[in-house]
Amino acid sequence: MTALTRFLRRKPKVEQPDEAAGPRTPVESAAVDISPNDPLIAYFQSATGAVELDGLELESPAKEALKEAGMKLVVPLISQGELIGLLNLGPRLSERDYSGDDRKLLDNLAAHAAPAVRVAQLVRQQEVEVRTRERIEQELRVAQLIQQQFLPKELPNLPRWQVAAYYQPARTVGGDFYDFIDLPEGQIGIVVGDVTDKGVPAALVMATTHSILQGDAPRLVSPAEVLKHANDRLYPEIPARMFVTCLYMVLNPETGHLRFANAGHNLPYVRSEGRVTELHATGMPLGLMPDMTYEEKEAVLEPGQSLLLHSDGLAEAHGPGDEMFGFPRLMGLVGASEGGTSLIDRCLNDLHSFVGADWEQEDDITLVTLERSAAPPSMSASASNSTHTLAEFTVASEPGNERIAMERVMEAVKELDIDKSRLERLRTAVSEATMNAIEHGHHNRAELEVAVHVAASDEDIKVRITDHGGGRETPGEIETPDIEAKLEGLQTPRGWGLFLIKNMVDDMQVSSDEHTHTIELSLKLKGDGHGS
Amino acid sequence: MAAKLFGAIVRSHDGVAVIDLSGEVNAGADAQLDAAYSEAVATGASSVLLNFEAVDYINSTGIALIVGILARSKKEQREVLACGLSEHYRKIFEITRVADFMHLFQDEQTAIKQAS
Repeated sequence: MTALTRFLRRKPKVEQPDEAAGPRTPVESAAVDISPNDPLIAYFQSATGAVELDGLELESPAKEALKEAGMKLVVPLISQGELIGLLNLGPRLSERDYSGDDRKLLDNLAAHAAPAVRVAQLVRQQEVEVRTRERIEQELRVAQLIQQQFLPKELPNLPRWQVAAYYQPARTVGGDFYDFIDLPEGQIGIVVGDVTDKGVPAALVMATTHSILQGDAPRLVSPAEVLKHANDRLYPEIPARMFVTCLYMVLNPETGHLRFANAGHNLPYVRSEGRVTELHATGMPLGLMPDMTYEEKEAVLEPGQSLLLHSDGLAEAHGPGDEMFGFPRLMGLVGASEGGTSLIDRCLNDLHSFVGADWEQEDDITLVTLERSAAPPSMSASASNSTHTLAEFTVASEPGNERIAMERVMEAVKELDIDKSRLERLRTAVSEATMNAIEHGHHNRAELEVAVHVAASDEDIKVRITDHGGGRETPGEIETPDIEAKLEGLQTPRGWGLFLIKNMVDDMQVSSDEHTHTIELSLKLKGDGHGS
Repeated sequence: MAAKLFGAIVRSHDGVAVIDLSGEVNAGADAQLDAAYSEAVATGASSVLLNFEAVDYINSTGIALIVGILARSKKEQREVLACGLSEHYRKIFEITRVADFMHLFQDEQTAIKQAS
């Protein structure tokens, strides 16, 4: 209806007779506002052609207003059944009334003009929408700019450490941030945070939080103190219903010693020899409640271990079927990958194949990885004895995927000098161990991934197969299945898996911790046992 | 790497019911293997020969299926033989002691000759 009113405001001017001379006083141009519930609207909507105002019996303020403006005849402009405007005419200049021919001509004109006017209105409407969208986008650019101001320009260069970071804001701009802060005595502060909410307000809160941390960190040595102080300062300032989750850790790069405190942020993952653990420390998000205290914990990253700090954007990304990427999957990736850039690449590859091509990123994604280089081999150890990784990958827990694991391991070891019969044994062992992980570790839940790590030295191949079914009982001695009892029907015919694996390889180790369960297979390149 | 489907076809050879197995003997082979064995029994033959010539993969579930067949045949006092196994799977049948309850032969000819 706005469009209609606007049209009416302009229209009388155009329709005025431009000749001042004449027996009649020319009609003054005037804007006429028609209220959307004026009965005249409904009348015009259903009118079949030009309407003479004088003969119209209708209680309508708009009718009176139009007459007052000197209008005699009104031709409704109807496009696709919708009243989109009015053609208003004053009295004829020749002093005669409008004839039947005049009205026919006007009706004809209205029928042709209406669609053209409608198109013009749509174009105008679209222009307005474009301007609104541009304004919103401009605002987003500002938010993005604020946010990017506070991201580190470069990563710290620490000898014997690989540091990598990835930051991808969602289109609507969330409030993720991360930073590295130089501290006294060569220590380094690492912070990862996430402001609830999006857009300019989140970016501003992020900027404030960042400044507080930057200011406090070098002065206050303890991570718990830094977070407590930040909470005390943010709480009175922060808008209602907004808060900041934040993890802050202090690393001594010389010793690998870490001290950390956590204000409700995702727990960091530490990878140690293919196993993944979480670094726990409790604390409320910043800005939510006054006078909070934060637990402070310590840990050591040994050579060869790596660490992942991460915001919600990755683990909480949704796939096409609305299923979540999930923390277990992320943990699996950490376990299956060396740290650093390769872990980040891996996470992103996995994410993209999980969410599919039509994904619109829901939230910012921030990943920061630290990896402490493995200790250099000591001079006495023969270099030829070193073990090197040949492949690491994951497979989804679907029945039959053990064959994928088997083929990929075969591909990874194909350059090694190993005889065919031993390769066949490895095939069977890998397939059985993967099947075990899929069925017993993950109960065929396809969204969970089995991690496979293949390494070799000059003497042997080691394959580690890890699932997330931690806390499982690990068999001490693998029992020989009782085939007589099975043939008598006293036992299920099944239950050959572990026995088979053990007899295929030279050594099998089964281990389980709180989160993961691993079967490690070792096979010597040159056989001396198992009659191969 | 498409998984090769399991197949089991029954035929008669000198009074022995031969089941020609092909593809992968795993969980997916269950119903077909069972049906093939029943069909072999229905021929009235007293010996059943499992021909593994065209089998390229057997996993622990497949072994369980074969143990299941052996349990059935034991109850029915029927002889089950096997031939055409690769060296690798012959070894697995020995390790699991399946070979103690099912005579393994190099090829079909030898097996048929030995069938009682």
